[in-house]
Amino acid sequence: MSSTTVPPIDVVAPGLQTRLPGGALAGPARACLLTGAVALGASLVGLALGPETRKQFFFSYLTAYGFALGLCLGALFFVMLQHIYRAGWSVIVRRSAENLMGVMPYMAVLFLPIALGFETLYHHWVHPIEGDAVIAGKRGYLNPTFFFVRIGIYFVIWIGLASWFRRTSLSQDQNGDPQLTLKMSRRAAPGILLFALTTTFASIDLFMSLDPHWFSTMWGVYMFAGYVLSTIAVLTLACLFLQRQGYLRDAVNSEHYHDLGKLLFAFTVFWAYITFSQYMLIWYANLPEETSWFAERKSGAWYLVGQILIVGHFLVPFAFLMSRHVKRTRPLLALGAVLMLVMHQIDLHWIVMPALHGHSPHLHWLDATTFVGLLALVFGLFLNNVRSTPLLPERDPRLVESLQFHNI
Amino acid sequence: MSHDKRYFGVVAEFETTGAILDAATKATAEGYTKVDAHTPFPVHGLERALKQGPSHVGWIVAACGLLGIVLGQLMMWWMNGVDYPIVVSGKPPYAWQSTIPITFECMVLLAAFGAVFGMFGLNRLPRLYHPIFKYSQVHRATDDRFLLSIEATDPRFDQVKTAEFLRRLGGHHVELVEE
Repeated sequence: MSSTTVPPIDVVAPGLQTRLPGGALAGPARACLLTGAVALGASLVGLALGPETRKQFFFSYLTAYGFALGLCLGALFFVMLQHIYRAGWSVIVRRSAENLMGVMPYMAVLFLPIALGFETLYHHWVHPIEGDAVIAGKRGYLNPTFFFVRIGIYFVIWIGLASWFRRTSLSQDQNGDPQLTLKMSRRAAPGILLFALTTTFASIDLFMSLDPHWFSTMWGVYMFAGYVLSTIAVLTLACLFLQRQGYLRDAVNSEHYHDLGKLLFAFTVFWAYITFSQYMLIWYANLPEETSWFAERKSGAWYLVGQILIVGHFLVPFAFLMSRHVKRTRPLLALGAVLMLVMHQIDLHWIVMPALHGHSPHLHWLDATTFVGLLALVFGLFLNNVRSTPLLPERDPRLVESLQFHNI
Repeated sequence: MSHDKRYFGVVAEFETTGAILDAATKATAEGYTKVDAHTPFPVHGLERALKQGPSHVGWIVAACGLLGIVLGQLMMWWMNGVDYPIVVSGKPPYAWQSTIPITFECMVLLAAFGAVFGMFGLNRLPRLYHPIFKYSQVHRATDDRFLLSIEATDPRFDQVKTAEFLRRLGGHHVELVEE
């Protein structure tokens, strides 16, 4: 057993406020949860408005769910990544990511509507047309029993990883044991491997199998890029929000925002790189079973949505976020983060919705209510997690390094 | 007296990073603008203490990167689309999709050239001779000492007063160095 422990926060960084006063953030948390409940309740009304609206509900919900799940997955990835690199700069940001991935168990509950509507969403492979040899060949993987077994496995792994890393970090707040940091860093490596496999297969199951004839070997990475990008954007906005509310003011500064901005920029470029690679390989090979997916997204006004993604998801943020000045100026960085979140939602819409509205995009009120509902709910649950923990890992051995962090 | 072509400037030696940071801060605060430091390794915050401002190399890199995009596109458009068009697996002779990787490579290549040679240019490198070599302690700047120079071209420079100023800041071996 190690005899040394990291001293308490008032020794390491005297005067630094790390605990929220009782009742702090209760208002915003309640407002978020209420908005979430009302918007999701309103969405459920859609289920009773005839078969077309019912169908729309499931597709809209899946799109919004992809956004919310992506945030929890991205946060889990962020935490494990920082442990693998034994990163110093990110320690004070890590607690926000831990609190975000702490929402993961609720995501399992919120999966329920998809489970209820899976026959509608995935009817191409749940009820395949007689004599469809391609689907018949995929039967061993794409069948309802195995689908739900896999979903169960994903959630066991995700919830297991998320709660273990969060619990361990929180117990370090109490005992200041530096061994826990080493332990988390050791477990992050196999953890991130499990994360990569489960995220890839979950993305295939939830989104690629909407069009079960089609396949892309880059699918998992493509979805992953979007998840992490949106998470970095949310973490940035969460830090800005907490500081606006008067917390973390002495802790998070331009240096940390600069690094979050770098990650935001990096994943914007990474998303574009993966998205283009996927497109170019399919374009080059020009095989009908692969091009069908893009052919659908080139028809009608879907073509325009693709163009919006090229400009808004890559060209504009690439030029905008490249600047050091933008990454260090809070309102500008916030603008960049919001832009990436909007674009990520358009990307998900572009991924999911052609399966329902094949010829042209069709915005439905359910798209708005499910999105607002799930997002508000996730943020409300996140705020509840924030309220119940110290604002930063108080006795992490690298806390001081993080507080004093400077970019060259 | 303030501007003497025969002299490079006054150089002083400091023993710690803290001392050189302090001296650099005070020298620029005093109004000196032609201040430079010579250290065995990069000292954190020194460029700020010397009031150097942000580097302009990024603009050179950006311009070279854009040039790379344009040149790469022109090259492929001319070679594949105009000069010697070949049909490969039914694709148009010039298709933007297939040009992206090479455009990217051309951009990276010229941007990297811009970064390296832009840095050389802004630092006026290669430079085979620098007056600082005439300073008696200059070899220590590659070992364990930190040098601060105030150049003779500085409007506030004065052979006696500037040397006295550096001595007051705690500098050792304060010398007037020849051009």
